[in-house]
Amino acid sequence: MSRVSSPTFRDSLSVSFTVGAYGVAFGAAAVANGFSVLQSCLLSLLTFSGASQFAVIGVIGAGGSAISAIATASLLGIRNGLYGVLMTPILRVRGIKRLIAAHVTIDESTGVSLSQESRGVEAMRQGFWLTGFGVFIFWNLFTLAGALGAKAMGDPSAWGLDAAVPAAFLGLLWPRLKSSTDKLLAIIAAIFAVATTPFLPAGLPIIGTAVIAIIAGLRNVK
Amino acid sequence: MDAFWIGVIGTSVIAYALKFSGHSVPEKFLSHPLIKRINLLIPIALLSALVAVQSVTTKNSIVTDHRLVGLGAAIVALLLKASFPVVVLSAALTSALFYNFF
Repeated sequence: MSRVSSPTFRDSLSVSFTVGAYGVAFGAAAVANGFSVLQSCLLSLLTFSGASQFAVIGVIGAGGSAISAIATASLLGIRNGLYGVLMTPILRVRGIKRLIAAHVTIDESTGVSLSQESRGVEAMRQGFWLTGFGVFIFWNLFTLAGALGAKAMGDPSAWGLDAAVPAAFLGLLWPRLKSSTDKLLAIIAAIFAVATTPFLPAGLPIIGTAVIAIIAGLRNVK
Repeated sequence: MDAFWIGVIGTSVIAYALKFSGHSVPEKFLSHPLIKRINLLIPIALLSALVAVQSVTTKNSIVTDHRLVGLGAAIVALLLKASFPVVVLSAALTSALFYNFF
């Protein structure tokens, strides 16, 4: 790897630290939802994809089955596969490097990499690796801090941790609401999920909204 | 093995498989316009459902409590264009205040 240009380094580091700091919210929420500190840390180390991680702890924490938790988390993880498609021709790596690249292919590494386009392909590669590793390090350290902190605090409600989880989901959802279709879909999904909660096993009201999303996608074909 | 461990391991295995698939499958499959569009819509539906279920349900019943007050604070923070940590913190603080004092 050639010398890292400072704007690329700065972009990568600031994104890594800011995003990594959200790991506190995840670690705390995981423990508040009944996960052990070890399980919370393993999710950050091995799943390493924020929305999917929050989905697992949210669904299982609400009493849902492991299957519906895994299904919800996996549907949220599909986008990482699409990022891989974008990154492959830029990274051009094989063997062990490709296996590692796959693990750090997330919103932030892809986003920073693509934003470096005007600085050339080498800057795009550096942006990807620096941000991927940077977020990985900070996200995991902060997850541990959050999990240990929540364990020390006791009653999650007294510290507002039970409200932190839906707020985190809302924070992830908000920037995605661009068109009126997006907003309508979000409202319908929320109503469906709450209205079916008394009748369906926990987890199904959430995963069921994926079907609504697919129908919305098929209907929008122009 | 309980639901917690199955959830941790199952999610991690599939999450990695999905990431790796992107680095391996032919581009034309995953970049099909319909797949792309649905892939943008699915997170919106799931995240919105998660917000709703986590704010106003407990087990199998609809419950309105301190969490909804916290969510209200999060919405205000987002409307004021606050950053993610501020959004989460304001929800937690407001909810905790309401829980402890009302």
